[in-house]
Amino acid sequence: MSEDKKSNWSRRDLLKGIAGVPIVGSVWWAGASKGVNNTQARDSILKTLNINASPPPPSGPMAGDPIRIGIIGFGIRGPQLCRALGFGQKSWLASMAEAAKKNPKDTRLSSFLEQEHLNVHITAVCDLFDVRAQDAIDSFSTDEVKVQRFRTHQELVESNVVDAVVIATPDHWHAPIAIAALEAGKHVYVEKPMTHNIKETYALKEAVEASNVVFQVGHQHRQTQSFLTAQDVVKKNILGHVSLIQANTNRNDDNGAWQYPIHEKANPNTVDWKQFIGNAPMVPFNAEHFFRWRKWWAYGSGLSGDLMSHDYDRVNCILKMGIPNSVVASGGIYTHKDGRNVPDVMQVNMEFPDFSTGSSQAAGKEKGMTLVYSATLGNQYGRTTAFMGHDATMEVGNSLTIYADGNSTKFKEKLTSEEMDPNVPIYQYDPASGSVDGVTSATAKYFADKGLLWTYRDGKRVDSTHLHVREWLSCIRNGGTPSCNIKEGFEEAMTSHMGGLSYKLGRRIDWDQAKQEIVPVKGYDLDEALLKDKEKIA
Amino acid sequence: MTTDINLSKTGRNSLVLLRILIGWHFLYEGVLKLYNPAWTSKAYLSSAELLTPLFQWLSGDGMIHLVDNLNIFSLMVVGLSLLLGYFERVGSVFGIFLLLMYYLAHPALPGASQAGTEGSYWIINKNLIEAAALFVLYQMPTGTYFGLQSLKKNLLNPQTK
Repeated sequence: MSEDKKSNWSRRDLLKGIAGVPIVGSVWWAGASKGVNNTQARDSILKTLNINASPPPPSGPMAGDPIRIGIIGFGIRGPQLCRALGFGQKSWLASMAEAAKKNPKDTRLSSFLEQEHLNVHITAVCDLFDVRAQDAIDSFSTDEVKVQRFRTHQELVESNVVDAVVIATPDHWHAPIAIAALEAGKHVYVEKPMTHNIKETYALKEAVEASNVVFQVGHQHRQTQSFLTAQDVVKKNILGHVSLIQANTNRNDDNGAWQYPIHEKANPNTVDWKQFIGNAPMVPFNAEHFFRWRKWWAYGSGLSGDLMSHDYDRVNCILKMGIPNSVVASGGIYTHKDGRNVPDVMQVNMEFPDFSTGSSQAAGKEKGMTLVYSATLGNQYGRTTAFMGHDATMEVGNSLTIYADGNSTKFKEKLTSEEMDPNVPIYQYDPASGSVDGVTSATAKYFADKGLLWTYRDGKRVDSTHLHVREWLSCIRNGGTPSCNIKEGFEEAMTSHMGGLSYKLGRRIDWDQAKQEIVPVKGYDLDEALLKDKEKIA
Repeated sequence: MTTDINLSKTGRNSLVLLRILIGWHFLYEGVLKLYNPAWTSKAYLSSAELLTPLFQWLSGDGMIHLVDNLNIFSLMVVGLSLLLGYFERVGSVFGIFLLLMYYLAHPALPGASQAGTEGSYWIINKNLIEAAALFVLYQMPTGTYFGLQSLKKNLLNPQTK
């Protein structure tokens, strides 16, 4: 090899040897600048938004003597509330163990077992169906504490074996039982809707105000982290003037349409039918009415009271906008023509002309909002709950996502500089992004997506109903007012009744803010109309 | 280290090109994640379709920080080895391991959800193809022809050329 040849070869070889180095440099530079830019943009947006979840409702220690609880109504919601208190039915525990064995992602049993001990005893049950009452006795009685069955709620609330009651009966029994319990000096946790008609909404309000016990309505989403975060979003005026909110129900299965199973042992000998009827019109024993009571106005409250009440309170806990000035509703029975008289499709428009969430625009554009509730029990397409503001749109469920509006005044600069993109969320809270949640039915998914089943505290999944009953128990033990007290319950109940009335009367229903009453409609007894079949209202 | 198979110059250059493209891809993925502290593989792993208990464990609170750092480090090591042509066979093995883990977490099997993918796949997807390409590079390393490996070889043994 000559000197010349060796020199040529070395240069070429050197180049071939180090040719990768500039490529490494370029790729590194490109990756680093993109990564740094992304991080800076993200930090800058987060700094601008400065969102911090509001602290959860205060909940103190569970120390002291156990609180003795009576369960009134042990059908579907009753056992769920018992689990929130730490008591699982034997049959439920067995089926959950089986489900967890089949699917390791199903964490319902482990979440229940990890739940905090609330230091309560279930000492009494009142259910009108013998099988269910016996189930509670068999499942929850221990050597120390025997669950006692009471045939009537009156006997239970007046007994000396309970300090507090959980009411999970059909809607037409909520207020009468709650009032009886309050008058007997027992703490009350009552399911939604708080009442079944207008008159008893005032009566229950007076009973709570006259009592010195703790009262909570079962809107458990008030514990959900995404809703606490949403409260801060609104407080910091990130959305600007919210002019429209859409909230929806979409369910398309038997359970979602209240077609619950009818127990084969239910008959006039095992069900106290007369007591079930209560203040509703007497009809002969009807097992379908007993188990599927949500399908009739006489016992339930239709979409407006049963499901819109959830959505209304989900919005009210974020905005605190109170009762709408007016409500217009429409709908019909279009899918489930099975003898029910409550609609299976319903739209309710609630008007808040004087309400403001704040503004980034010139004065005069900051007031007025419509809340549209739209529901069908014939389709389960997942429509989101959206708060639509001039500056941003916020979607809230179990997660929370905010998109800047392309024509926002507040974010104009960041949109122009392309730091914000209207198609890319500027903020996202998704507690489940790092975990997989076991949801086994369409209706369960519907509730979970709405933030009604569980939430997260310190990265751990917790039943939101557990947190809601815990808050109630904490107020009993440590003082304080629960987050869904009588004011919130009154607003939820009145708004639901306005929705039901508007649907039935086919006209706008107004709220008189000064008189705190639904404006009378000439020719109608509104309470009577609320409970009647739409077709039978003169 | 030499290529075992007799290749034309074009064949050899093609392998070098393949090596650089894959190295580019790995290094960019690694560096981007390195400079983006908010990135995590938690959602990808925890939603795994196969070997769910393993991936759930890896994505757990106790492991995810380590897993993320190891992933970033490995991506960069593979990228550097391929781009620089130095220990490229070790890099290829690491790369194949990473890609197979990504594939196993979300395989393109019929019935498995294909969330997050931009194309249509049946059993074979881009992760698997890239892993196969790395297997080719493992079999036919080109660092001695184009890369730091050649420099090292020639510096140590200039007379062998």
